[in-house]
Amino acid sequence: MNTAPLILIALTTLATAAVAMAGRNLIHSALLLVASWAGIAAFYLWAGAEFVAFAQILIYVGGVSMVVLFAVLLTRNSRAELAISTDSLSRAVAALLAGGAVFGILVGAILRTPLTVSTPSAAAFNVRTLGLELMGTHAAALLIIGIILTVALLGAVVLAAPEPPEDAP
Amino acid sequence: MNLSPLHFCLLFSSGLFCIGLIGALSRRNAILVLLGIELMLNAANLNFIAFWRFSPNPENGHGILFVVFSIAVAAAEAAVGLALVISIYRHQKNIRLPEATRLKG
Repeated sequence: MNTAPLILIALTTLATAAVAMAGRNLIHSALLLVASWAGIAAFYLWAGAEFVAFAQILIYVGGVSMVVLFAVLLTRNSRAELAISTDSLSRAVAALLAGGAVFGILVGAILRTPLTVSTPSAAAFNVRTLGLELMGTHAAALLIIGIILTVALLGAVVLAAPEPPEDAP
Repeated sequence: MNLSPLHFCLLFSSGLFCIGLIGALSRRNAILVLLGIELMLNAANLNFIAFWRFSPNPENGHGILFVVFSIAVAAAEAAVGLALVISIYRHQKNIRLPEATRLKG
Protein backbone atom coordinates (compact mmCIF):
# COMPACT_ATOMS: atom_id res chain seq x y z
CA MET A 1 0.00 0.00 0.00
CA ASN A 2 1.37 3.36 -1.05
CA THR A 3 2.30 5.56 1.91
CA ALA A 4 3.22 8.76 0.03
CA PRO A 5 -0.37 10.12 -0.01
CA LEU A 6 -0.72 9.19 3.66
CA ILE A 7 2.35 11.21 4.65
CA LEU A 8 1.16 14.19 2.59
CA ILE A 9 -2.31 14.05 4.18
CA ALA A 10 -0.83 13.65 7.66
CA LEU A 11 1.54 16.61 7.29
CA THR A 12 -1.23 18.88 5.97
CA THR A 13 -3.66 17.88 8.69
CA LEU A 14 -1.15 18.20 11.52
CA ALA A 15 0.12 21.57 10.28
CA THR A 16 -3.34 23.10 9.96
CA ALA A 17 -4.37 21.72 13.36
CA ALA A 18 -1.24 23.07 15.05
CA VAL A 19 -1.61 26.53 13.50
CA ALA A 20 -5.31 26.56 14.46
CA MET A 21 -4.53 25.70 18.07
CA ALA A 22 -1.74 28.30 18.30
CA GLY A 23 -3.61 31.10 16.53
CA ARG A 24 -4.74 34.40 17.98
CA ASN A 25 -7.83 34.90 15.85
CA LEU A 26 -10.80 32.65 16.61
CA ILE A 27 -12.29 32.81 13.12
CA HIS A 28 -8.96 31.89 11.55
CA SER A 29 -8.70 28.95 13.98
CA ALA A 30 -12.18 27.70 13.08
CA LEU A 31 -11.50 27.93 9.34
CA LEU A 32 -8.11 26.20 9.66
CA LEU A 33 -9.75 23.40 11.61
CA VAL A 34 -12.17 22.94 8.69
CA ALA A 35 -9.12 22.21 6.54
CA SER A 36 -7.84 19.81 9.21
CA TRP A 37 -11.14 17.92 9.31
CA ALA A 38 -11.16 17.74 5.51
CA GLY A 39 -7.66 16.22 5.72
CA ILE A 40 -8.98 13.58 8.09
CA ALA A 41 -11.77 12.85 5.59
CA ALA A 42 -9.08 12.44 2.93
CA PHE A 43 -7.36 9.92 5.19
CA TYR A 44 -10.60 7.94 5.48
CA LEU A 45 -10.87 7.94 1.68
CA TRP A 46 -7.26 6.73 1.43
CA ALA A 47 -8.05 3.92 3.86
CA GLY A 48 -11.06 2.85 1.83
CA ALA A 49 -13.80 3.88 4.26
CA GLU A 50 -15.86 5.99 1.85
CA PHE A 51 -19.00 6.19 3.95
CA VAL A 52 -17.11 7.46 6.99
CA ALA A 53 -15.27 9.99 4.82
CA PHE A 54 -18.49 11.49 3.53
CA ALA A 55 -20.04 11.40 7.01
CA GLN A 56 -16.97 13.30 8.26
CA ILE A 57 -17.37 15.92 5.53
CA LEU A 58 -21.10 16.30 6.17
CA ILE A 59 -20.91 16.44 9.95
CA TYR A 60 -17.60 18.19 10.67
CA VAL A 61 -16.84 20.27 7.59
CA GLY A 62 -20.52 21.11 7.11
CA GLY A 63 -22.14 21.02 10.53
CA VAL A 64 -19.78 21.39 13.47
CA SER A 65 -17.80 24.16 11.75
CA MET A 66 -20.97 26.20 11.25
CA VAL A 67 -21.98 25.70 14.90
CA VAL A 68 -18.49 26.82 15.97
CA LEU A 69 -18.62 29.90 13.74
CA PHE A 70 -22.04 30.83 15.12
CA ALA A 71 -20.74 30.42 18.68
CA VAL A 72 -17.74 32.63 17.85
CA LEU A 73 -19.94 35.34 16.38
CA LEU A 74 -22.52 35.18 19.19
CA THR A 75 -19.98 35.41 22.00
CA ARG A 76 -17.95 38.48 21.13
CA ASN A 77 -18.38 41.90 22.61
CA SER A 78 -16.78 43.97 19.92
CA ARG A 79 -14.83 43.61 16.73
CA ALA A 80 -11.56 44.08 18.58
CA GLU A 81 -12.24 41.12 20.84
CA LEU A 82 -11.89 38.63 17.98
CA ALA A 83 -8.14 38.91 18.43
CA ILE A 84 -8.13 37.17 21.80
CA SER A 85 -5.63 38.20 24.43
CA THR A 86 -2.44 36.23 24.84
CA ASP A 87 -2.62 33.35 27.25
CA SER A 88 -0.25 33.04 30.16
CA LEU A 89 3.23 31.78 29.31
CA SER A 90 3.61 29.38 32.23
CA ARG A 91 0.35 27.72 31.31
CA ALA A 92 1.50 27.26 27.72
CA VAL A 93 4.86 25.84 28.82
CA ALA A 94 3.17 23.38 31.20
CA ALA A 95 0.75 22.30 28.47
CA LEU A 96 3.61 21.84 26.00
CA LEU A 97 5.53 19.74 28.53
CA ALA A 98 2.52 17.54 29.27
CA GLY A 99 1.61 17.13 25.61
CA GLY A 100 5.21 16.47 24.63
CA ALA A 101 5.54 13.82 27.33
CA VAL A 102 2.36 12.08 26.14
CA PHE A 103 3.59 12.27 22.54
CA GLY A 104 6.97 10.83 23.50
CA ILE A 105 5.40 7.91 25.35
CA LEU A 106 3.02 7.20 22.45
CA VAL A 107 5.74 7.36 19.79
CA GLY A 108 8.07 5.17 21.83
CA ALA A 109 5.35 2.58 22.32
CA ILE A 110 4.36 2.62 18.65
CA LEU A 111 7.89 2.39 17.26
CA ARG A 112 8.83 -0.53 19.51
CA THR A 113 5.70 -2.57 18.81
CA PRO A 114 5.93 -5.07 15.97
CA LEU A 115 2.61 -4.74 14.17
CA THR A 116 1.51 -7.47 11.82
CA VAL A 117 -0.15 -5.83 8.86
CA SER A 118 -2.40 -7.61 6.43
CA THR A 119 -3.71 -5.67 3.47
CA PRO A 120 -6.68 -7.48 2.00
CA SER A 121 -8.96 -5.49 -0.26
CA ALA A 122 -11.49 -3.46 1.67
CA ALA A 123 -14.03 -3.74 -1.11
CA ALA A 124 -15.81 -6.53 0.72
CA PHE A 125 -17.36 -4.00 3.09
CA ASN A 126 -19.36 -1.53 1.04
CA VAL A 127 -22.16 0.82 1.94
CA ARG A 128 -24.80 -1.85 1.29
CA THR A 129 -23.19 -4.17 3.84
CA LEU A 130 -22.90 -1.29 6.29
CA GLY A 131 -26.59 -0.48 5.93
CA LEU A 132 -27.59 -4.11 6.43
CA GLU A 133 -25.37 -4.30 9.53
CA LEU A 134 -26.81 -1.09 10.97
CA MET A 135 -30.40 -2.16 10.33
CA GLY A 136 -29.91 -5.76 11.38
CA THR A 137 -27.33 -6.63 14.01
CA HIS A 138 -26.88 -3.11 15.39
CA ALA A 139 -30.46 -1.80 15.10
CA ALA A 140 -30.77 -1.33 18.87
CA ALA A 141 -27.53 0.72 18.99
CA LEU A 142 -28.77 2.86 16.10
CA LEU A 143 -32.04 3.59 17.95
CA ILE A 144 -30.16 4.44 21.14
CA ILE A 145 -27.81 6.80 19.30
CA GLY A 146 -30.83 8.51 17.76
CA ILE A 147 -32.37 9.00 21.20
CA ILE A 148 -29.06 10.35 22.57
CA LEU A 149 -28.79 12.83 19.69
CA THR A 150 -32.37 14.01 20.19
CA VAL A 151 -31.95 14.44 23.94
CA ALA A 152 -28.59 16.20 23.54
CA LEU A 153 -29.89 18.64 20.93
CA LEU A 154 -32.99 19.42 23.03
CA GLY A 155 -30.72 19.99 26.03
CA ALA A 156 -28.52 22.28 23.94
CA VAL A 157 -31.56 24.35 22.95
CA VAL A 158 -32.68 24.59 26.59
CA LEU A 159 -29.17 25.65 27.70
CA ALA A 160 -28.74 28.26 25.00
CA ALA A 161 -32.25 29.72 25.21
CA PRO A 162 -32.49 33.11 26.95
CA GLU A 163 -33.87 33.03 30.45
CA PRO A 164 -37.31 34.55 31.07
CA PRO A 165 -37.34 37.83 33.03
CA GLU A 166 -37.35 37.48 36.82
CA ASP A 167 -40.64 39.26 37.46
CA ALA A 168 -42.64 37.17 35.02
CA PRO A 169 -45.70 35.59 36.60
CA MET B 1 13.97 0.09 10.75
CA ASN B 2 11.03 -1.04 8.68
CA LEU B 3 7.82 0.88 9.30
CA SER B 4 4.53 -0.43 8.04
CA PRO B 5 1.67 1.86 6.89
CA LEU B 6 -0.08 1.08 10.17
CA HIS B 7 2.84 2.64 12.04
CA PHE B 8 2.43 5.84 10.02
CA CYS B 9 -1.31 5.92 10.73
CA LEU B 10 -0.70 5.50 14.46
CA LEU B 11 1.99 8.21 14.49
CA PHE B 12 -0.38 10.52 12.60
CA SER B 13 -3.19 9.97 15.07
CA SER B 14 -0.96 10.35 18.13
CA GLY B 15 0.35 13.64 16.72
CA LEU B 16 -3.20 14.87 16.21
CA PHE B 17 -4.15 13.76 19.72
CA CYS B 18 -1.24 15.63 21.27
CA ILE B 19 -1.99 18.82 19.32
CA GLY B 20 -5.55 18.65 20.61
CA LEU B 21 -4.31 17.94 24.15
CA ILE B 22 -1.88 20.87 24.14
CA GLY B 23 -4.58 23.16 22.76
CA ALA B 24 -7.15 22.07 25.34
CA LEU B 25 -4.67 22.48 28.19
CA SER B 26 -3.04 25.76 27.20
CA ARG B 27 -5.84 27.96 25.88
CA ARG B 28 -8.17 29.99 28.07
CA ASN B 29 -10.85 30.53 25.45
CA ALA B 30 -13.69 28.04 25.91
CA ILE B 31 -14.30 27.58 22.18
CA LEU B 32 -10.65 26.70 21.53
CA VAL B 33 -10.70 24.18 24.38
CA LEU B 34 -13.75 22.54 22.81
CA LEU B 35 -12.02 22.44 19.43
CA GLY B 36 -9.03 20.73 21.04
CA ILE B 37 -11.32 18.08 22.49
CA GLU B 38 -12.86 17.58 19.04
CA LEU B 39 -9.37 17.03 17.61
CA MET B 40 -8.68 14.34 20.24
CA LEU B 41 -11.95 12.59 19.35
CA ASN B 42 -10.98 12.71 15.68
CA ALA B 43 -7.63 11.11 16.49
CA ALA B 44 -9.45 8.23 18.21
CA ASN B 45 -11.67 7.73 15.15
CA LEU B 46 -8.56 7.72 12.98
CA ASN B 47 -7.13 4.88 15.03
CA PHE B 48 -10.33 2.86 14.62
CA ILE B 49 -10.18 3.22 10.83
CA ALA B 50 -6.45 2.39 10.70
CA PHE B 51 -6.82 -0.80 12.73
CA TRP B 52 -9.90 -1.78 10.70
CA ARG B 53 -8.08 -1.27 7.39
CA PHE B 54 -5.04 -3.35 8.33
CA SER B 55 -6.82 -6.08 10.26
CA PRO B 56 -6.88 -9.63 8.88
CA ASN B 57 -10.62 -9.56 8.26
CA PRO B 58 -11.91 -6.07 7.39
CA GLU B 59 -15.07 -7.53 5.89
CA ASN B 60 -16.83 -7.57 9.27
CA GLY B 61 -16.57 -3.76 9.43
CA HIS B 62 -16.48 -3.33 13.19
CA GLY B 63 -14.14 -0.35 12.96
CA ILE B 64 -16.47 1.51 10.59
CA LEU B 65 -19.47 0.82 12.83
CA PHE B 66 -17.58 2.15 15.85
CA VAL B 67 -16.59 5.31 13.97
CA VAL B 68 -20.15 5.96 12.77
CA PHE B 69 -21.48 5.84 16.33
CA SER B 70 -18.51 7.81 17.64
CA ILE B 71 -19.07 10.61 15.11
CA ALA B 72 -22.73 10.81 16.18
CA VAL B 73 -21.76 11.14 19.85
CA ALA B 74 -19.10 13.74 18.97
CA ALA B 75 -21.69 15.81 17.12
CA ALA B 76 -23.98 15.74 20.16
CA GLU B 77 -21.03 16.71 22.36
CA ALA B 78 -20.16 19.67 20.14
CA ALA B 79 -23.74 20.94 20.20
CA VAL B 80 -24.04 20.70 24.00
CA GLY B 81 -20.57 22.19 24.53
CA LEU B 82 -21.22 25.22 22.38
CA ALA B 83 -24.61 25.74 24.06
CA LEU B 84 -22.73 25.76 27.38
CA VAL B 85 -20.31 28.33 25.96
CA ILE B 86 -23.21 30.59 24.99
CA SER B 87 -24.72 30.09 28.45
CA ILE B 88 -21.40 31.07 30.11
CA TYR B 89 -21.20 34.13 27.87
CA ARG B 90 -24.67 35.24 28.95
CA HIS B 91 -23.67 35.11 32.61
CA GLN B 92 -20.20 36.69 32.61
CA LYS B 93 -20.06 38.51 29.24
CA ASN B 94 -16.90 36.72 28.14
CA ILE B 95 -15.85 33.13 27.56
CA ARG B 96 -12.57 33.00 29.47
CA LEU B 97 -12.54 29.73 31.34
CA PRO B 98 -10.53 30.72 34.49
CA GLU B 99 -13.27 33.22 35.31
CA ALA B 100 -16.06 30.66 34.96
CA THR B 101 -16.01 29.50 38.58
CA ARG B 102 -19.70 29.56 39.42
CA LEU B 103 -22.05 26.69 38.69
CA LYS B 104 -25.16 28.76 39.34
CA GLY B 105 -25.61 32.16 37.72
